[in-house]
Amino acid sequence: MKPTTGENIFQAVLIVFITLMCVAMIYPFVHIASISVSSPAEASRFGMHIYPKEVDFTAWKQVLDQKKIWIGFGNSVFRTVVGTFLTLVMMALCAYPLSRKYLPHRNVYTMIILFTMFFGGGIIPTYLLIRSLGLMNSVWVYIVPGLVPTFSMLVLRNFFMSIPAELEESAKIDGANDVRILLSIVLPLSKPVLATLALWSAVGHWNSWFDAMLYITDESKQVLQTFLRNIVITNTDAETLGRSAVANIRYEASIKAATIMFAVLPILVVYPFLQKYFVKGTMIGSLKG
Amino acid sequence: MNNLNIAKIESVDKPVGRKSSKWAATWREYRKSKYLFFMLIPVIAWYAIFHYGPLYGILLAFKDFSPRLGIMGSPWVGLDHFKFLFFQSPDFMRIFRNTVLISCYHIIFGFPAPIILALLLNELRLGWFKRIAQTISYLPHFFSWVVLSGIVIVMLSPSEGPVNFLLQLVGIEPIYFLADTDYFRSTLVGTGIWKEVGFGTIIYLAALSGIDPALYEAAVIDGANRIKQIWYITLPSILPVITILFILSLGGILNAGFDQIFNLYNPAVYEVADIIDTYVYRVGILGAQFGLTTAVGLFKNVIGIALVLSTNYVVKKMGQEGVL
Repeated sequence: MKPTTGENIFQAVLIVFITLMCVAMIYPFVHIASISVSSPAEASRFGMHIYPKEVDFTAWKQVLDQKKIWIGFGNSVFRTVVGTFLTLVMMALCAYPLSRKYLPHRNVYTMIILFTMFFGGGIIPTYLLIRSLGLMNSVWVYIVPGLVPTFSMLVLRNFFMSIPAELEESAKIDGANDVRILLSIVLPLSKPVLATLALWSAVGHWNSWFDAMLYITDESKQVLQTFLRNIVITNTDAETLGRSAVANIRYEASIKAATIMFAVLPILVVYPFLQKYFVKGTMIGSLKG
Repeated sequence: MNNLNIAKIESVDKPVGRKSSKWAATWREYRKSKYLFFMLIPVIAWYAIFHYGPLYGILLAFKDFSPRLGIMGSPWVGLDHFKFLFFQSPDFMRIFRNTVLISCYHIIFGFPAPIILALLLNELRLGWFKRIAQTISYLPHFFSWVVLSGIVIVMLSPSEGPVNFLLQLVGIEPIYFLADTDYFRSTLVGTGIWKEVGFGTIIYLAALSGIDPALYEAAVIDGANRIKQIWYITLPSILPVITILFILSLGGILNAGFDQIFNLYNPAVYEVADIIDTYVYRVGILGAQFGLTTAVGLFKNVIGIALVLSTNYVVKKMGQEGVL
């Protein structure tokens, strides 16, 4: 069917509208990136900033010279890598038994776990528990309390249940036990789901800040998001903002922008390559079993 | 074939000619799946500590907590915290009202946004353009509210922000979006849509791609225009998805978005922005009023579970698969 003139006009209007929406989505990032490499006069100009008119990398130098930024970066990488790995291990350990129909009291265990999705102690009792467990000011507080994300675990369990039972039965006849079946049949078949869940977990770890604010006072154990918060939102990091040196104080806007970009860039770099896994995963998560 | 073999193997384990108690049978079942059980032990232990452990702390809602005496040793006060909250505290009604209001605004304005965007994206003929637009629109979803708030503060600044610059071009005075009680909630809704609208389209686009094209062809032959096609075919086809997501969002009405509000609010707008979660953090953790804020948290949890259970019941009544 040949598109009519009306259809062509409609498509053109639609494209213009969607393009405007896309501009609204990415302009803020462009703006911040541009300010981060602008001279103080240019950075404080009231108006749009699509590209820097006067390039000045002083702010980036000031940010990258801060030891604590790198400490935060290191801790964020640590929690992302180690946390994601341990989460995957624990999720598999939980999802696999729950997906097997012959596990005795399977429904009891499932109910015990499901209940926690709907009712919990709340923030104060959790805080007191973490304190009494001696996890305050320990980097493990980033990883251990969130080790099994229940929703993701259920997604994995549902996927395990969808694997044809025949594959497992034939392995059983060949003498494989449950550990063997999990490692050499179920997990290899689940690679795409595991990749998606790993991405969810990794993004969650990279973006987490509340646990760090609650439980960690030791600066050498803080995560990047906390330093970002101190610099950009609460304005309490006078040192990084250059308030001690007269020469640097004019760079405050650019320093804030550079810090934001420093936290944004790692995600921005991997985003185009991994985006499709996120989308796939959302579809897996929306199918219930 | 395989099933037959399995049946034979299982029959070997069954008790033959020996009376056995229920316990012995259970024991045998556990022995048979001992590896599964060993896998489950660390997980169950973890759930017991980190999810059931805090339930013990709920006792604090009925106690006058003193750190010296601990949770068990602190004296009981019965329902005093709740009486204070409901009848005396000047804060409670305010935070409860703010929480529900902000959630409602998020639902009224934020809920239809991804549906509309998905419908628009679905009408696009250019495949590559649609894909790029989707990729761009998902982007803000992947950043924390710390990052996004940092960006939002710059964008909405009255003296340097581009939003106020554009408003000025059309002759509007600068607006203090983040410090004006008249604008703060709208700012929350607007920035919330900016972050989630693109990502929210995914589930609707999937539902839209499942509609049989023959329906549209038939409608075109019957002379239905685009609006009529959307109204009579597209919307009814995705209505089940819309219903479920809407009901689920009602279930989370007491979660007004801690991360977003906590990173954007300031004392100037506490009056309209302070929600249950931010109050619990400020008064409970920073102010060390553990008993009172545990009571607030318990109130929120009980209402929350009641909402989830009743909305789930409604979803099931409507013939849809619930979440439970």
